[in-house]
Amino acid sequence: MTTTTVPPRRSDEPRTPQGKAGKFFDDRLNLAKPLRVQLNKVFPDHWSFMMGEIALYSFIILLLTGTYLTFFFDPSMVETVYPKNGTYVPMRGITMSRAYESTLNITFDVRGGLVVRQIHHWAALLFVAAMLVHMCRVFFTGAFRKPRELNWLIGLSLIALGIIEGFVGYSLPDDLLSGTGLRIAYSIVLSIPVVGTWLAFLVFGGPFPGDVIIGRFYIAHVLLIPGILLLLISAHLALIVRQKHTEFPGPGRSEHTVSGERVFPLYAAKAGGFFFIVFGVCAALGGLAQINPVWLFGPYQPAAVSSGSQPDWYMMFLDGSTRLFPSWEIRLWHHTLPPLFWPTVVLPGILFTLAGAYPFIEAKMTNDRGKHNLLQRPRDVPVRTALGCMALTFYMVLFLSGGNDIIAKAFDISLNAMTWGGRIALLVLPPIAYLVGYRVCLGLQRHDREVLEHGIETGIIKMLPSGEYIEVHQPIGPTDEHGHGQLSYGGRPVPKRMNQLGAASPLSQIRGFFYPVKEKPEIQAALDELEQREHGDVETAEGPKQLTD
Amino acid sequence: MTTHDTSTEAPSEEQIRQMTPEEAMIAGAAIDGVHIVHHRNRFPIPGTKAEKRAERAVALSFTISALAGVAFVVYFCAGKWKWHLPGSPQTFQYYTPVLGGTLAAMMLFLGVGLVLWAKLLMPEEETIQDRHDVPSTPEDKLFAEATLVAGLEDTGLPRRGLILRTMGLAIGAVATVPLVALVGGMIKKPGTQLLHTMYKPDPDMFPDTGGMVPIVDEFWNWIGPDTLEPGGLATVFPGVRKKNQYGYDGLTDASSPTLLIRLRPGQKVKARKGQAHFGWPANNPEYLAFSKICTHAGCPASLYEQQTSRLLCPCHQSQFEVLEDAKPVFGPATRSLPKLPIKVVTDKNGAQRFVAADDFDEAIGPGFWERR
Ligand code: HEM
Ligand code: FES
Repeated sequence: MTTTTVPPRRSDEPRTPQGKAGKFFDDRLNLAKPLRVQLNKVFPDHWSFMMGEIALYSFIILLLTGTYLTFFFDPSMVETVYPKNGTYVPMRGITMSRAYESTLNITFDVRGGLVVRQIHHWAALLFVAAMLVHMCRVFFTGAFRKPRELNWLIGLSLIALGIIEGFVGYSLPDDLLSGTGLRIAYSIVLSIPVVGTWLAFLVFGGPFPGDVIIGRFYIAHVLLIPGILLLLISAHLALIVRQKHTEFPGPGRSEHTVSGERVFPLYAAKAGGFFFIVFGVCAALGGLAQINPVWLFGPYQPAAVSSGSQPDWYMMFLDGSTRLFPSWEIRLWHHTLPPLFWPTVVLPGILFTLAGAYPFIEAKMTNDRGKHNLLQRPRDVPVRTALGCMALTFYMVLFLSGGNDIIAKAFDISLNAMTWGGRIALLVLPPIAYLVGYRVCLGLQRHDREVLEHGIETGIIKMLPSGEYIEVHQPIGPTDEHGHGQLSYGGRPVPKRMNQLGAASPLSQIRGFFYPVKEKPEIQAALDELEQREHGDVETAEGPKQLTD
Repeated sequence: MTTHDTSTEAPSEEQIRQMTPEEAMIAGAAIDGVHIVHHRNRFPIPGTKAEKRAERAVALSFTISALAGVAFVVYFCAGKWKWHLPGSPQTFQYYTPVLGGTLAAMMLFLGVGLVLWAKLLMPEEETIQDRHDVPSTPEDKLFAEATLVAGLEDTGLPRRGLILRTMGLAIGAVATVPLVALVGGMIKKPGTQLLHTMYKPDPDMFPDTGGMVPIVDEFWNWIGPDTLEPGGLATVFPGVRKKNQYGYDGLTDASSPTLLIRLRPGQKVKARKGQAHFGWPANNPEYLAFSKICTHAGCPASLYEQQTSRLLCPCHQSQFEVLEDAKPVFGPATRSLPKLPIKVVTDKNGAQRFVAADDFDEAIGPGFWERR
C-alpha cells in the first residue's frame, strides 16, 4: 500500500479564508453533508422545462419592481385636483383620485418611474403567460400523473391567484380603463344568487365604487396575495425537490433515476444566467414597449368609457365568454338571476374544477395507479393530447371573442356576425380539434413505427436493373433477414434525417463565424489524434445501438 | 489495491485526503446515489484557439454588461426626462427607452455570459441520480400508525367524550371569532341603496321645484330643451351638489349618468307600459332620458348611432334600440335601460329647464338577486 506514505493532499485545519468560513458555518450548523447533497442534485436539461423557470423569475421581478412602486404609490380614493403647475399639462386642473394622481407622478415626476411601472406590468403579463404554457407542458407530457397530482393542484391555484393578483394590480391606478373593469367585477359579484348583493357591499364597502376598494385592493395586492403566492411557490418547489424532476425516456434513463447536470456548477450557472435573461427581456419590453398608458385614459369617471380598449390578456377569455353568452336572465319568485353569473362565475368554476380533477379522472379511466417519473410524448397518448387540443381551442375561441370588436373593425366584419361566429365556434370547434388532434397523434405514431421498421429516407434514388426506382433507406438498428428494423419504440424521438444519427464529432466541428479558425499545426495534430481515439470508441462501444433501450 | 466499482463502499478519510477534488467529488456524489457517468473537459488539449475564442466571448459579454450598467447610471443622472407639451422639443422621449435599453443590455449580457460560460467552457457532464423513491416500509407504516394511536390513547379522547365535545366547541369558537371580527366589520347592509339614485325628489334641497331634482350637464349647468339639436344626445346628471356618505355628488356618483335624447321630427317611441308620459312633452315625447348604465354589467352605454337610433355598450356590445324604449336588441344584456320621468319647469329667469319628475321606477344597472 503506497497511499499511507504519501503526505495528505488536504490537511485538517483550513488555511484559506473560504475554508475558514466553511468551518465557521459547519461548526454551527453541520452543513457539510446537506451542502454536498444539494450541490450534487441533478436537474434534467430540456427546453420545455424552462417555462416554470420563466414564471418563477418573473415573480421575483414582480416582487422587486412592485416594492419599488410602493415607495411612490398612494392607494387613496380621496378626491384631488391635478395641480395647475403639474408636469403633465393635459391633466392640469382635472379632478381625480390620489391613487391616479400618484400613478401620474410615478410616470412623470419620478426619474425612471415609468420604466419600472412598465417593467412591473410586462412582468405580470409574462408571469401568467409562463404559468399557462408551463401548465400545458405538464399536461401534454403527463407530468401530472401520480405522484405529482399535488403539484398540479398547487399550480392551478397559482394560475388562479396570479390572474386575480394581476387584475387587482391593474385596478390600482384608478384610471378610466381599470375603473371600467372594476365596475364589471362589481357587477359579477352582484350577480351571484342569494348572497351577491351582500358580498359586493362587503368587498366594496357600499354600492360601486364605495370609498374603500382601492385601499383594500392595495393591501391584497402587495401583501396578502403575494404572501400566499410565495407560500404556494415554496411548496411547489419543495415538492419538486422531494419528488425530483420528471424526464423524457432515453438511453440509460429509467423510472428509478433522474439524469442531467448537477446543480453546481452547470445548472446554477445556466439557471442564474437565465434569470438575468428573463429580467433583461422584461426590462427591454418595459423600456421600449408602452403598456397601460394611464395618462392617456384619464381618471375614472362613471359616465365615460374608452372604447376598443382591452383588459390584460389573461382576463380576455372571461371577457369573451361574457360577450358570447346569450341574454338569458332567470326571474323566479321575485328574484333575478342575471345572465352575467354563468359566463363569469360558473364557467371559470367549471374550468378550474375540471382541470383540478383531470389527473384523478385520467387515473380512473385508464385504471393506472402506478407512479410515473418518465414523461410521455404527446403523440403516444392520443386521447389526452386530443382533450388538450379541445380545451385549448375552447380557450382560444373565448380569448379571441374577448377582442371581437377589434377583429370586427380590423377585418370589416359586422359585430353581430363575430358574436354569432364565436357562439357557433365555441360549440363546434373543440370537438373538431379533438378529432384532428387524435388523427395527428396516430399519424405521427405511424411514421415513427415506419422509420423504425424501414429506416430513414436518405433521399438517394436508385434505379434497379428492372428499371424500377427505389429510395434507399438507412436502417437505424439491426435488421432481420427481410431488412426490417428490429428496434422497438422507446417512447422518445426517432431520428428522421440522416444528420440526426449524429455522425459528426464535436471535435471536428468547424468553428469560427466569418472564416474557419485554424489551430496551430501541433495542436491540430493533437486534436486529430484525440478525435481518432474518441470517435473510434463511440463507434464500437455504443454505435447505432444507442437507439435501443 | 481495491477495485473501482465500489460505489457504495465509501472511501476512508485517509483515502479522500489523497484524492484530487474531482475524484473526491465523484466519490462523494456516489455515496448519495449520484453517478457521474460522463464528465468531459471541453478542451482536452490546452491552448487551442477555440478555447480562447470561447473565453473571449464570455468576457466580452460581461464587459458589455458592465458598460451598459455605466451607461444606465450616466443617462439616469444626465438624461432629459421632464415631460413637455407636444410642439416643444420632445427630448424626454428617449429617457424611458434608453433606461430600459441599457438596463436590458446589462441584464441580458450578464445572463448570456453566464450561459455561454456554462455551455462553452465548463466540462460537459451527464449525471444519473437515484430517485431513492422507496415507499415507506410496512414496519414504518405500522410504527407511525401505532405512534398516533398510542398518543391518542394517552390523551384519552376516545374515552372522554365530554372533553372531545367541549374542545370541539372551543375550537369552533376560536375559528369563528376572527371570521366574525373581520367579515363582521366589513358587512354593509345593502338595504334599498341599489334601488335609488340621486334623482330621488328632495323638497328640502330643491324647494323651488317642489323637490324635483334639476338635470344638469357635466359643468353643473341646468339644461333645458334648447340645448339639444333634433337627433342629438347628451350625458346629464342629477344636479345634487351635496355629497353622499361615500363622498360622491350628482356628477361623480356611479348611478347618476343619464342619457338625454332628442328625437328627430317624426320619430316615435313605443313606450313601456305605464311609462308613456315619462318623456317631454308628456303627450307626445320628443325628449327622453335613459339611465346610461348598461343593464348587463354596468358600463356606460355611450355609443349612439344616429342613423339606426341604437345605443351600443362598448364592453360586451349590447345594443339598445332607442325607438323601442331602449330595449336590448343584441348582445348579452337582458333588460331595457331604465327610463327617467322628466318634466320641464320655468326657472327664475323664465327659461325652460329639465327636472326629474321622480326617481327611476326600477333599479338601474346590472341585475342582482333581490331585484324584482
Ligand atoms: C405577483 C404578481 C403581481 C402581479 C401579477 C402584479 C400586477 C400588477 C399590475 C398589472 C399593475 C398595474 C401596473 C400599471 O400601472 O400598469 C400593478 C401595480 C402595482 N403593483 Fe403589482 N403585481 C404583482 C406583485 C406586486 C408586488 C409583490 C408588489 C409590492 C410588494 C406590487 C406593487 C404594486 C403597486 C404599488 C402597484 C401600483 C403602482 C402603479 O400602478 O403605478 N405588485 N401590479
Ligand atoms: S356592460 Fe354593457 S354589454 Fe356588458
